[in-house]
Amino acid sequence: MAKLSIPTALRAYTERQAKVDADGATVGAALAALADRYPDLRPHLFDEAGELRGFVNVFVGDTNIRSLAGLATPVTPDSVVALVPAIAGGLR
Amino acid sequence: MSQPSLIPDARREPLSHAEIGRYSRHLLLADVTLAGQERLKAAKVLIVGTGGLGAPLALYLAAAGVGTLGVVDFDTVDESNLQRQIIHSTRDVDRPKTASAKDRLRALNPYVRVVEHNVALTSANALDIIGGYDLVADGTDNYPTRYLINDACVFLGLPVVYGSVFQFEGQASVFWAGHGPCYRCLYPDPPPPGLVPNCAEGGVLGVLPGIVGAIQAAEALKLLIGGAEPLLGRLLLVDAWTMEFRELALERDPHCPVCGDAPTITELIDYEEFCGLRPPPDEKPVQTITATELKARLDAGDPIQIVDIREPHERAIAKLPDAIVMPLGQIYRRTGELDPDRDVVVVCKIGQRSVYAIRALEQAGFPGRVFNLKDGVNGWARAVDRSLPTY
Repeated sequence: MAKLSIPTALRAYTERQAKVDADGATVGAALAALADRYPDLRPHLFDEAGELRGFVNVFVGDTNIRSLAGLATPVTPDSVVALVPAIAGGLR
Repeated sequence: MSQPSLIPDARREPLSHAEIGRYSRHLLLADVTLAGQERLKAAKVLIVGTGGLGAPLALYLAAAGVGTLGVVDFDTVDESNLQRQIIHSTRDVDRPKTASAKDRLRALNPYVRVVEHNVALTSANALDIIGGYDLVADGTDNYPTRYLINDACVFLGLPVVYGSVFQFEGQASVFWAGHGPCYRCLYPDPPPPGLVPNCAEGGVLGVLPGIVGAIQAAEALKLLIGGAEPLLGRLLLVDAWTMEFRELALERDPHCPVCGDAPTITELIDYEEFCGLRPPPDEKPVQTITATELKARLDAGDPIQIVDIREPHERAIAKLPDAIVMPLGQIYRRTGELDPDRDVVVVCKIGQRSVYAIRALEQAGFPGRVFNLKDGVNGWARAVDRSLPTY
């Protein structure tokens, strides 16, 4: 179980929910549970091989899971897991 | 960790008495002093994009006395820009943004030299344009230009003061190969086209780029003055709706294709292609229908299915009659609701997101004929139903 923080850019796929609790002992399991609940979100998180996409970063606390154990990074019910996708606005 | 100034002592430019009076509140700061202000005067900063982020960036850097400001933009001022792009005024609508910005900056501070680059930054001109500057402030709104700026600055060894906004959320950081991570270390790949709408389709709270652009201006000034702690290796997230600021740790990726230990990208590439914006040669073109043609077919009793892929709050502004409401995020799994024996016309705001909806219908195996409404509901409002507003 972990608390997932969903950014605006992905809320179109989570029925506009900004915070979602998801079961799982690892980041990968929690994200898989999230994608099961919101199937439209899955292709935006994982590629065909099940790897995290290159335009989405996942932070547990303030640390990127790429610097931890990746999708195998453990989470507890107190963990705050933030999805941080690339955003591009600014000009027009 | 504090960072020395980008401007060496030998380049410091002495201030006139008038400039000393103008910059008095900087000179009073023990961490800026006359030396810091003389470095600002010598500094050359390139601002890419004079839009929501570039507006506060350029205004604050000009007010602060950065000696040379380059502004890059190929666009003209549109009325819908004025909700946030405070460097431009109502009378500037339809003028080139660089010309409008230059006028405003010169009026603000005649001691600043403003260099207009009224072009699109491309792989062909980026190294020449950027090469003359000390740092680049990224105020762009698209992925190809972001990756282009990143790679060019990695090759030139320059820092990039990064900012980006979407709706109520913003990001800011300083990317600088050799001193910390680059943009590609954070995001090795761009999202596929259409996943995340831009401001023109997704909207943005007008003041948000003001907040993020002002943060970028502060970071640029800190790198030029020296001795401060920039956002190197740190990603600042801003949520203006909850007014929360968060800071995340960023690390250089040793496998980064541009700044890693064994780089595979060693010159500028085709960034449109990298970002998936060039259609593959075998891709079937999307069939379009104009608002006038659609109206004629509807009037003739053609049983067309109009599919509106916008969110409900957008439909509240303007909509076509009798549309099937199917937001973009739901298309793929709701394809079965459409009758393949009747033509489908997909509608969005300007005919851009609807292309991605049509691709989603194709991927889901929808066998019927599908058309894109050219210029979207705005086109319908202009050509068919003048009682509707455009937005």
